[in-house]
Amino acid sequence: MVFKRFFKDLSRYRKYLVCSAKASLKSEVAGSYLAWLWWIIEPFCFMLIYTFISEVVFSKPMKFASIFVFLGLTFWDFFNRSVGSSAGLLKSNKTIVTRIYLPKYLLYIKLMLVNAFKMLISLFICFALMVFYRVPVSWHLVEIIPCILMLFIITFGIGCFFMHFGVYVRDLSKIIRIVLRLVFYMSGVFYNISASIGGFYGKLLLKVNPVAVAMDGCRKALLYCESPDWVMLGVWAAIGILISILGIALVYKNENNYGKIL
Amino acid sequence: MMEKTIEVKDLKIGYRTMEPVSFKRLFKGGKRVSVEQAVKGISFDVHKGEIVGLIGQNGSGKSTTLRCLAGIISPDEGSVNLFGNSVSLLAIGVGFQKELTGRVNIMLSGLLMGFSEKEIEAKMDSIIEFSELGKYIDKPVSSYSSGMHSRLAFAITAMLDTEILLIDEIFSVGDARFKKKSRAKMQELIMDKNRTVIMISHSLDTMASMCDRIIWLHQGEIKMIGEPKEVLEKYNEFMTKSIK
Repeated sequence: MVFKRFFKDLSRYRKYLVCSAKASLKSEVAGSYLAWLWWIIEPFCFMLIYTFISEVVFSKPMKFASIFVFLGLTFWDFFNRSVGSSAGLLKSNKTIVTRIYLPKYLLYIKLMLVNAFKMLISLFICFALMVFYRVPVSWHLVEIIPCILMLFIITFGIGCFFMHFGVYVRDLSKIIRIVLRLVFYMSGVFYNISASIGGFYGKLLLKVNPVAVAMDGCRKALLYCESPDWVMLGVWAAIGILISILGIALVYKNENNYGKIL
Repeated sequence: MMEKTIEVKDLKIGYRTMEPVSFKRLFKGGKRVSVEQAVKGISFDVHKGEIVGLIGQNGSGKSTTLRCLAGIISPDEGSVNLFGNSVSLLAIGVGFQKELTGRVNIMLSGLLMGFSEKEIEAKMDSIIEFSELGKYIDKPVSSYSSGMHSRLAFAITAMLDTEILLIDEIFSVGDARFKKKSRAKMQELIMDKNRTVIMISHSLDTMASMCDRIIWLHQGEIKMIGEPKEVLEKYNEFMTKSIK
């Protein structure tokens, strides 16, 4: 029932989703001198900073360090930008929420589309860097697709819940910001969890943190010609689907109440 | 017997507001959410082709009732039955991205209102023509004057084509000439005999000339329903007394 309604709405509003995501991207760079170049410059500069921290400050040399960090940042930025904005999303779209009927999770999907586009640009830069550094590639390359899909599903599920509770709990955005900072350091964005932490805690982090699972799987597939941890990828994809269904049901059930509170 | 288009039964709607809490009291518990009852159990029917006006002081529950009929907020108690008819609440400029051109915003606003790309493209030229923006349609909305902005927003909204139309105070925008034009367009939309209209306006002359029936809301309850002349007379008396 929820599924049927979800896909029906998705199909009905798909043009709006694409058009509004494009509009958001355009308006983000409108009036800026370097415009869309910022989507390349920003992650590239952060890659240099974190590579410096990892290689020089912590003296943890890695194979293909800059691509390793760039991939981590690509995955992290998508998750962080989407989940980090989810709690305040309905409030920041108050005019739409209170004046027009629109399935509310579409606002979150639109945000995810914008961030997915930026992620895509970063991935192209990753491939360019791989060519530049002559990284050996194999058929494992295609295994980044399930890693990315799992990240999308889990980001959507978590975001739906935060978007809903963000209407009722005003401090949620601030709490999420702190939790995300913790998750950032626990995801191995600029360091290798297995090599730097290792042992029981290293293994644990690569199982309980879905962002680390997706990130690690993608690095294995792209940089080291290895397969991702299929078991954990499958477990987190299943959890992601479950919380996405619950999240959609929760938003559907409460969407006509948001306007009363906002 | 006239065909019913809207049936509202014992409708109750409350707004929940959260009170700010100091850090000291944060963990002490107690009630922090208060409910303000905006609509307190109103019932009425509207028939096909009828134009019904909602009047009342600020905070009487008019806009809340319209938003509930449009499906934006749900009733706490009671029911709203639209008998499967499509409904839209005229909302000016919702979803506008000011950094983008007027043309892109027409598409964006139309899609947000649930229209298909084809329907919007078919109406694009008439919207641009009605808005009188000319070459400015391809300039960013942020560069528009407030009058140009209102004209574009009105032109998009006025192209709506639904069986039930809900209007919340948007009769005239722009300069004197465009005001006249937008008012005429509004009248054209409202007077369509196949369309049922519920509208809110503080202009009693407008209500008297356009409406078939008036519902007077006071503090979330219906004070009177009837012929415009009769209800507006009583409402005027009431307002004069309350000013004194």
